[in-house]
Amino acid sequence: MSIILKNISKRFGNFSALDNINLEIPEGELVALLGPSGCGKTTLLRIIAGLERPDSGHVLLKGEDKTYHDIRDRGIGFVFQHYALFRHMTVFENIAFGMRVKPRKLRPTETQIRDKVHALLALVQLDWLYDRYPDQLSGGQRQRIALARALAVEPSVLLLDEPFGALDASVRKDLRQWLRHLHHNLNVTSIFVTHDQEEAMEVASQVVVFNHGHLEQQGTPSDIYDHPANAFVSRFIGDTNIIALESHHTDWLRSSGLDIPPQPDCLHVRPHDIDLSKATSDGAATAILKDWQHLGALIRVELAKPLPDGAEEIVYAEMPNDRFKQLALAIGDKVDLTIRQAHWFHEEIGRAPH
Amino acid sequence: MSKTNILPGFRPALGFSLLYLSLVVLIPLSTLVFKILQPDAHLSWAGYLDIIGNERVQASFRVSFVAALIAAFIALVLGFVLAWVLVRYRLPAKRIFDALIDLPFALPTAVAGIVLASLYAPNGLLGEPLNQLLGVKIAFKPAGIVVALIFIGLPFIVRTIEPVLQEIDPSMEEAASSMGASRWQIFRYIIFPNVLPAAITGFGMAFARGVGEYGSVIFIAGNLPYVSEIVPLLIITKLEQYDYSGATALALTMLVVSFVLLLAINLVQLMLLKRPQTPTAAKAKP
Repeated sequence: MSIILKNISKRFGNFSALDNINLEIPEGELVALLGPSGCGKTTLLRIIAGLERPDSGHVLLKGEDKTYHDIRDRGIGFVFQHYALFRHMTVFENIAFGMRVKPRKLRPTETQIRDKVHALLALVQLDWLYDRYPDQLSGGQRQRIALARALAVEPSVLLLDEPFGALDASVRKDLRQWLRHLHHNLNVTSIFVTHDQEEAMEVASQVVVFNHGHLEQQGTPSDIYDHPANAFVSRFIGDTNIIALESHHTDWLRSSGLDIPPQPDCLHVRPHDIDLSKATSDGAATAILKDWQHLGALIRVELAKPLPDGAEEIVYAEMPNDRFKQLALAIGDKVDLTIRQAHWFHEEIGRAPH
Repeated sequence: MSKTNILPGFRPALGFSLLYLSLVVLIPLSTLVFKILQPDAHLSWAGYLDIIGNERVQASFRVSFVAALIAAFIALVLGFVLAWVLVRYRLPAKRIFDALIDLPFALPTAVAGIVLASLYAPNGLLGEPLNQLLGVKIAFKPAGIVVALIFIGLPFIVRTIEPVLQEIDPSMEEAASSMGASRWQIFRYIIFPNVLPAAITGFGMAFARGVGEYGSVIFIAGNLPYVSEIVPLLIITKLEQYDYSGATALALTMLVVSFVLLLAINLVQLMLLKRPQTPTAAKAKP
């Protein structure tokens, strides 16, 4: 089911949670609503679900305006951040609930319910837990039961609020892959909310970045990473060096291989877009290797670029292990920088890279 | 047992509990039993049966227990609604509401009885319109007992249900609603089963309190033998007539019946906790 949001705004008192959001989600996508906490992404999810009403704007599901429809009539499956399993019911009854509350005419028979519940339990690979109560399950199990329960009513859209937020890191990693595969098999339009950019990039086919109630950018993970629309997106997705462009920077940046456009404010460079070579003599783009860390597949190098006014700019570069070995660098060595690619932004003054 | 117990202090804790129970509950109550068994109590088994079998006594037992039962049921419904309103809505002056609910705990019950009696009397503020418009008489009738016991029992219900309602995760209701449940189904299958154990506890407490209540009832009941005379009043009457063995016999019966009823309520609660409620009566056994 396709989802179209038109001019959605929502305020809580003086706080503007969502400001004129326009968003179109085609059928079958797995979309991440990504942003720092308090950016309005959960509010938007709840508006799509019908758990909140927007102050203005429209929610169109499959082309129909459902802005003022109750969550019951939207054909939506919702997975809550803390699962919201019915604690007084077994796993079986939790999943069967949506079928049991149907009007008598539409209600499946007991056998149908049983088959469906067991099929769903098999789908989430937890069939042996059918007679347990929620408080006897681990976090990851609860999460998957919550998902099975949401799928039991055959929703045309699946909404997940911070689906991995309350899980520990290793379980989270497994579940991400699992969710991606599940979506691939079921092909239900799915939207999940997350503040973790890695999670969004890894799981989603489309990422929507929010900040302070504004939609900053929508696109595939590669789009967003390679062509960030603005400084916020560039900073929020992945690591980046942010260099506030003042006159004393132009020389060394030019000699590191960049063309500098007429009036930019700041420059974002991904650490892996910086290449190093051992310096033979002091050039314009020569920096000093201050420190390096082993990140696994990559080595992160901390470089200090001395500036004409006596200060220095700290720049981070990343490169594969063997490239670093090949360079055979030690702390204190001089290196020449080559910047392969950079993004220019006007609206923001740089801050320290993270 | 204490060797495998992780929490220290099992023995002192058990000792203290037993001591407290003995001093405050068991010793006074067993004195009651001893009193009846003493040779000079002039109370044989036949004598006991005679006292209990008395028609006026039996009527008073009926009045006491039936009134307490009805009152506890009505208080349960009213108390649930009150707790719901207090938890779910942002009321102005919520604190004042909260304090008002506890008032029956603190008020001398006799005061409550006198106030209720004058309110519901045939010429009282509420009694007069009720009588003229609906032809309902409350004061000096068995209905008056129920009114007094509702007043006394209400805070027990509200105070036991309120914390449980507060703890129910609203997203559980949202989840039910997203799966297509109506408001009634959400109440019936989500809220009600979660509140039920607390509701039964509150009901049991209100009922137990109602059975033993004296002060507030005697002013409004009219105390007509066979009609609106409660057991505690009968016990006092017997004491005033120096009929100690008669009073003791009544007290002991009261004690046993109350204990059995409370035990039964606890058992029901236990069973309910083990057997959760599901939307369709027939439980699926996969």
